Amino acid sequence: MRGATHAKWAACTVAVALAATACGGGGGGNGGGGSGVLSSSWGDPQNPLEPANTNEVQGGKVLDMIFRGLKRYNPKTGAAEDMLAQSIDTSDSQNFKITIKKGWKFSNGEPVTAASFVNAWNYGASLKNNQKNAYFFGYIDGYDKVHPEDGGKQSADTLSGLKVVDDTTFTVKLTQKFSTFPDTLGYAAFAPLPKAFYDDHAGWIGKPVGNGPYQVQSYAKGSQMSLRAWDGYPGSDKAQNGGVDLKVYTDNNTAYTDLMAGNLDLVDDVPAAQLKNVKSDLGDRYLNTPAGIIQTLAFPYYDKNWNKSGSDKVRQGLSMAINRKQITDTIFQKTRTPATDWTSPVLGKEGGFDQSLCGAACSYDPGQAKKLVQQGGGLPGGQVKISYNADTGSHKEWVDAVCNSINNALGNDKACVGNPIGTFADFRNQITQKKMTGPFRAGWQMDYPLIQNFLQPLYYTNASSNDGKWSNKDFDKLVDQANRETDTAKAVGLFQDAEKVVRDNMAAIPLWYQNGSAGWSNRLSNVALNPFSVPVYNEIKVS
Amino acid sequence: MGRYVLRRLLQMIPVFIGATLLIFLMVNVMGDPIAGLCGDKQCDPATAAQLKREFGLDKPVWQQYLTYMGNVFTGDFGTAFNGQKVTELMATAFPVTIRLTIVAILFEIVIGITLGVITGLRRGRPVDTSVLLLTLVVISVPTFVTGLLLQLLLGVEWGWIKPSVSPDAEFGELIVPGLVLASVSLAYVTRLTRTSIAENRRSDYVRTATAKGLPRRRVVVRHLLRNSLIPVVTFIGTDIGALMGGAIVTERIFNIHGVGYQLYQGILRQNTQTVVGFVTVLVLVFLVANLLVDLLYAVLDPRIRYA
Repeated sequence: MRGATHAKWAACTVAVALAATACGGGGGGNGGGGSGVLSSSWGDPQNPLEPANTNEVQGGKVLDMIFRGLKRYNPKTGAAEDMLAQSIDTSDSQNFKITIKKGWKFSNGEPVTAASFVNAWNYGASLKNNQKNAYFFGYIDGYDKVHPEDGGKQSADTLSGLKVVDDTTFTVKLTQKFSTFPDTLGYAAFAPLPKAFYDDHAGWIGKPVGNGPYQVQSYAKGSQMSLRAWDGYPGSDKAQNGGVDLKVYTDNNTAYTDLMAGNLDLVDDVPAAQLKNVKSDLGDRYLNTPAGIIQTLAFPYYDKNWNKSGSDKVRQGLSMAINRKQITDTIFQKTRTPATDWTSPVLGKEGGFDQSLCGAACSYDPGQAKKLVQQGGGLPGGQVKISYNADTGSHKEWVDAVCNSINNALGNDKACVGNPIGTFADFRNQITQKKMTGPFRAGWQMDYPLIQNFLQPLYYTNASSNDGKWSNKDFDKLVDQANRETDTAKAVGLFQDAEKVVRDNMAAIPLWYQNGSAGWSNRLSNVALNPFSVPVYNEIKVS
Repeated sequence: MGRYVLRRLLQMIPVFIGATLLIFLMVNVMGDPIAGLCGDKQCDPATAAQLKREFGLDKPVWQQYLTYMGNVFTGDFGTAFNGQKVTELMATAFPVTIRLTIVAILFEIVIGITLGVITGLRRGRPVDTSVLLLTLVVISVPTFVTGLLLQLLLGVEWGWIKPSVSPDAEFGELIVPGLVLASVSLAYVTRLTRTSIAENRRSDYVRTATAKGLPRRRVVVRHLLRNSLIPVVTFIGTDIGALMGGAIVTERIFNIHGVGYQLYQGILRQNTQTVVGFVTVLVLVFLVANLLVDLLYAVLDPRIRYA
């Protein structure tokens, strides 16, 4: 009798153990690597989840998991590598012939063809679809017809520069020479879309279908998205875990608390308030690496005060009056790196990052700063006001610190003050309406790891994100030359020459590079952040 | 009574219109919401214009307001910037907040009134003094301190609860957040009940009831408590609205995706449709709660019924 009871106990234990592993295996049946599911913090995406409509990190995170485009940026080096692209050929840097690999499918079984790309790009560019990333297709011939600049009626629905040749080939004609165009194709906006996207748009938005290593299992808007590894994924970067549950947190402090309590596996944004404890809390389960984000101070060049002879000296003086190292150490707890150029360390030396490009103009030198400001005719109106939005991002702290640093260097208590603006929308509004009268905070998160992306959109005459309306013929000429140049190394060199023009005029004051941070539970290993500061989910291993 | 209710309902109309108009104007004053939609980049002008047209932001404010109110009466609260219907957001947010509010109100009623009765009947005794001190502490400590402390102690240190509430937000998970949310009001309810009970204890009808030889329990519950509850009911009634709209701090701490969270997001993203929609419903909740309070008076005190 006793023996029988023992046997029963043993059987139960085994059953329980089996059940437990089954649960850990990702809800059964769809665990790609057969291993566990991890949970990760998330924020509510601001826009509907469409590839060409997603311009912030939270939505981009999902797109990176469920989509693979022609190219993919290497999570370590940031280099653009072929993914779905078999070849991208060009002889003149303006006409491209793109061949895609065979055998790729969307997770609903539809094959990925040349038309999947062409239709998706046409959809993204078309004005009537309100896609916020439409400007990515601006280089393609016919963009002005499907997306008229003046907002008038569009005279075509498809880009004339895109032609499907056969199932696996299509051609792209650009409006100008753009040698690094193939390298931009890793951006999410260029992802292919299945027919289901157009046939049942609302249904697709509710549960997106892509061709990446993960597929969406369920999506409760505003609270949670469950992604599971997709067994049929043909790529070489298969998911190393069973899936990821993205949980929306209202506050990153709560996410961190949940991580501490063992309720969450991965936090990809360690709150500033916890930075002091993070080393003792997590030990080596914490990561803090530079991302492709640079913070600068931009100037309103439409204001006469900032666009007269000598004002470049004033700007240089201000730059030298900022003690970047002290501010990044104390205010940001070393989660920012003092800037030494106008790009980002994630580009690497070959990509155009230069640790000495800004040189003396970006190092703290109060004596020289004071001299330069005086030579330049002093501060316009005797005072600079640095504008920032006060609602998110705790910008007040660093703006006050920058002002303090300037005031100390110039020996004037009132040389610099912060100018908070209530909401981000209002801040952006005042910028677009050219209402700024002094320097204002500007942040740039790269779209793709190219030096071109750090310069052209920001400083080219009338470029999309040239908020200060800076304009310089030499700069424009060098950028045009660089875009024409087919040799990558030479192109990078020309872009750096253009960057030197930015430096000599101090078009914007570079402040620091932003780091990405992550903390994780001891269930996880192989956690890394890509150059966009998004965790490389498919490589994370769950024990 | 019927006329009284009708008059109260009619009074709600101007209050409703005034409140929504005010909120509408306030959100509009904050500037162009489309400007914030493209992140640190500038939306290209064509897309921005198209989006403005779609959300009706290109029209004058009064026209926007009229169209909006017209739509509201047909049950259409518009679309949030992320493409979701505001009604859809409400359908997910309100049940959660209502559950949280119910938990909080129950705490207020059960603990608050019980403590109030006990201390009111034992005025000046040690129980009374210690409860008074306790409520003073609760009132003076801000909610977010209590919330964060409880979260840290119960959630991380002792592991009794999960520090954050799951999207389903079932009643069980909401007990601690509900207690945090209720804490300050609970203290007020205790104090109000205590004072009221202590005052009425010496009144003639209580003395009569006791003299009639009624059991003490019946005297306290049917005679003393019923009359003493009027100020307490007023307070709890207005508190329903305050708890629903003001739960934002508690909701943030415990990651509850309720009304406070949606309102916060709506304001940050300057989404007129979300903010005005939610506030409209909150105004209605306030008005209905006030109406219910007035009706409850009549139940509690027959003299009011015939007045």
